[in-house]
Amino acid sequence: MNKFVLPLGIFIVLVALLAVGLKLDPREVPSPLIDKPAPHFDVPQLHDAAVNFTPKAMAGKVWLLNVWASWCVSCREEHPVLVAFSKSPAAIPVIGLNYKDKREDGLRWLARFGDPYQLSAFDADGRVGIEYGVYGVPESYLIDKAGVIRFKQIGPITPEVLEQKILPLARELSR
Amino acid sequence: MKRICQVLALLAAFHALPGTAKEAAPLAEDPVVEQRMVRITEELRCLVCQNESLAGSQADLAKDLRQEVRGLIKEGKSDQEVRDFLVSRYGDFVLYRPQLKSTTYVLWIGPFVLLVIGVLALVRYLRRRATQVRQPTLSEAERQRVEALLKDDQ
Repeated sequence: MNKFVLPLGIFIVLVALLAVGLKLDPREVPSPLIDKPAPHFDVPQLHDAAVNFTPKAMAGKVWLLNVWASWCVSCREEHPVLVAFSKSPAAIPVIGLNYKDKREDGLRWLARFGDPYQLSAFDADGRVGIEYGVYGVPESYLIDKAGVIRFKQIGPITPEVLEQKILPLARELSR
Repeated sequence: MKRICQVLALLAAFHALPGTAKEAAPLAEDPVVEQRMVRITEELRCLVCQNESLAGSQADLAKDLRQEVRGLIKEGKSDQEVRDFLVSRYGDFVLYRPQLKSTTYVLWIGPFVLLVIGVLALVRYLRRRATQVRQPTLSEAERQRVEALLKDDQ
């Protein structure tokens, strides 16, 4: 009887490790930017190339930076969630970062699917994306009043992520 | 994702056939910079095609990051500074050779710990086995019978 305890124990541990491993998504790389100040940038806005946007303009607010592009398939999936969110009473300001897109494509996309953004910054060459460690659009950053990144969502924001992670954290940070 | 990357790489390969050679021009811009760039990015992971190095990947992001690395080298940054630049944005995951620090001890030392456990288990097993499997000894009567049988044979 005793003979089987050790192999069985090892087997159970192995199965547990594999079960956890199967559920992990290798594409979700923990961002080193969490709890660090949001990197500075200063780029033209999507709607008006003559006006720039910089994260400093959002100081004192809890806000969401959402990286999107008209060529990005998962952004289509995420977009209705953001549009509904921007109209809800719990909404916080959402700033878009139009990443490696063509200006007219981005504008057409917003005209067609709705514009949940307070404004969109225009990152034509992806340099802002590099500063923020973007590697798979869409990505979103929850930034607190002091300009510190508190949460990063890689991939589309789903209603669950919004309800269970972003909104509770935003409420807490807004206090 | 891997397959998409392969298709992209293939497309890019066709794209680089003679005739469109103009587009490859930036590569030969500065051989010294290029060499250092390749040496650094060979040891960095492309986050889009995760099993490819930043040097070899044809993903858009990898191209952008190679350009970024070229820029940093031209600014006079050391290899370590370039690596730090990318780690501070994309995390330790970009390093194929992770640094030795408190969060990576398990990664570096873990295999050796497992090896030691394995060797100890093996030694224990062999010792126990040695006590269980005794040399066969024959009693006097048995020995005589063996000899008798052997003689019979001749």
